[in-house]
Amino acid sequence: QKVALAVLDHLEQLALVDFRDAEGIERLQKAIQFADHLHEVNTDGVEPMDSVLEDRCLYLREDDVTEGNCTKDLLKNAREKVEEYFVAPPGNIPLPKLEERETVLQGS
Amino acid sequence: VSAALKEGQVTPTELCQRCLSLIKSTKFLNAYVTVAEETALKQAEESEKRYRRGQPLGVLDGIPIAVKDNFNTAGIETTCASNMLKGYISPYNATVVQKLLDQGAVLLGKTNLDEFAMGSGSTDGVFGPVRNPWSYSRQYKEKSVPKSHSEDKDSHWVVTGGSSGGSAAAVSSFTCFAALGSDTGGSTRNPAAHCGVVGLKPTYGLISRHGLIPLVNSMDVPGILTRCVDDAAVVLGSLAGHDPKDSTTIQDNFKPFELPSLIDVSKLSIGIPKEYHAPGLSSEILSLWSKAADLFKNAGAKVIEVSLPHTRYSIVCYHVLCSAEVASNMARFDGLQYGHRSDVNKSTESMYAATRREGFNDVVRGRILSGNYFLLKQNYENYFIKAQKVRRLIANDFVKVFRSGVDILLTPTTLSDAVPYTEFIKEDNRTRSTEDDILTQAANMAGLPAINVPTALSERGLPVGLQFIGRSFQEKQLLTVAKWFEKQVKFPMIQLEEVKKHDHGVFQHQKSASLL
Repeated sequence: QKVALAVLDHLEQLALVDFRDAEGIERLQKAIQFADHLHEVNTDGVEPMDSVLEDRCLYLREDDVTEGNCTKDLLKNAREKVEEYFVAPPGNIPLPKLEERETVLQGS
Repeated sequence: VSAALKEGQVTPTELCQRCLSLIKSTKFLNAYVTVAEETALKQAEESEKRYRRGQPLGVLDGIPIAVKDNFNTAGIETTCASNMLKGYISPYNATVVQKLLDQGAVLLGKTNLDEFAMGSGSTDGVFGPVRNPWSYSRQYKEKSVPKSHSEDKDSHWVVTGGSSGGSAAAVSSFTCFAALGSDTGGSTRNPAAHCGVVGLKPTYGLISRHGLIPLVNSMDVPGILTRCVDDAAVVLGSLAGHDPKDSTTIQDNFKPFELPSLIDVSKLSIGIPKEYHAPGLSSEILSLWSKAADLFKNAGAKVIEVSLPHTRYSIVCYHVLCSAEVASNMARFDGLQYGHRSDVNKSTESMYAATRREGFNDVVRGRILSGNYFLLKQNYENYFIKAQKVRRLIANDFVKVFRSGVDILLTPTTLSDAVPYTEFIKEDNRTRSTEDDILTQAANMAGLPAINVPTALSERGLPVGLQFIGRSFQEKQLLTVAKWFEKQVKFPMIQLEEVKKHDHGVFQHQKSASLL
């Protein structure tokens, strides 16, 4: 059962990562096939497990400022910045539609 | 060697310099991504001053260590062997790194790994594969390399296992006395087994993950690689304990412990899980496993077969949970605040997409995409939630066995000894991980502590290890049993030419090869 083109496209947009080539798509197919083995297990009445520490309370510390003032250090690693701002290209511009993009999905 | 430092038989700077020059002459192993020569020597000098004053900070003062390159180290490049973080200089130290430095340890450098710790061979990082030091040992050459090829070092070398291969190789080749790795599916124990060193995966929640670049938040733990079990106990002692910066660390008080020298295993119950006789397990390892069980029996321990029925689903379960968490954890890499940033400037989204396209390798991209698939609304219940339910079943298997009176489980760590690189790359990363993680993964699923103890050399002259899995937070018992076993098997020391050349007694002597 192959994954629909629309879903593949949707995944590329959600993940902001591309399949690159037919192999990438094959990889996903195989991953899904493999994951389907999970359905062999009977999990009726079983609660999902988020964490092995579920019986304990997470540590919450006091809401006091204990560190900070490291703006310079943090900005050092950013490539584009202006004063104390990280600079991004314009937002609210959606990625081009499938038909307009150069992607391996075109050929699928 | 710690005693040697205290008595002045060797100084921290001498020790540091010897390790640094050994790193240089074992460069072909490709174990290190970054060697922090200047800072290491400075740290060694500081340590020397303390020893001269008679005030060392502790056993670890002056001890050269290495850290896997997915731990943040202030001022030192942290790459995770990925293009995404090339050039990224951490602004802070991971808690575990800080703790080691606070004890006076000397940080020699960052070790190589699979990109973002995804893999079981340490072959998929951008800096190339790590070579197993045993490939160059006399033991391997005698058994496996045909005479006519003895000049050609290059074609027969074997992998280290992964993903903490660099750390394992560094410890195995004597370039450091202890190294940090990470363990999510077996990434510390697997290379430990292949490189003949001790690899400890502590209980989830015991050691802080603050500063460890996350792969799977609910399973990652920092791992400890050393040449003997006592050393692992020492390092554990300095790292374990609650960290307010990592709220997944438990708040119980942790008391560092020393392992007894006289150990009596006769009151123990050792469980042998039958499902760990997995398909593909080499007959050599099977027989070693059986001999080990006999060792315990003969010492008076109760050795019984147990069952962990959901073992065979742990890999599938891991596959889904891991890719789902990876999809989430890798979302932070967008080029905006750190790391690689693409030149594409049309829009935020296209910059993000291009950055991630350029920065991640196939393995990482593949997991992000499958993870996103499993997390789609239409798939969430069927895959992600389902996997979480299976996880509970796997964890419960262990609970049942430990409740029935078993103290420790004894299993193989890997299916076979290390394979040659040329063989290893014939299968893709996911297939390899699926095969290689089968014996180690379930312990991560259940959050239990586990340790690889080097046991014997295979017919090809390569290390084979066995694994002990213990109850949550019972590291003392786990390590005590491991130490007893280590004493019984007397695993041979690697015979490396490079080490011999650099050594004037400090490394070769059995006692000084370790910390204590």
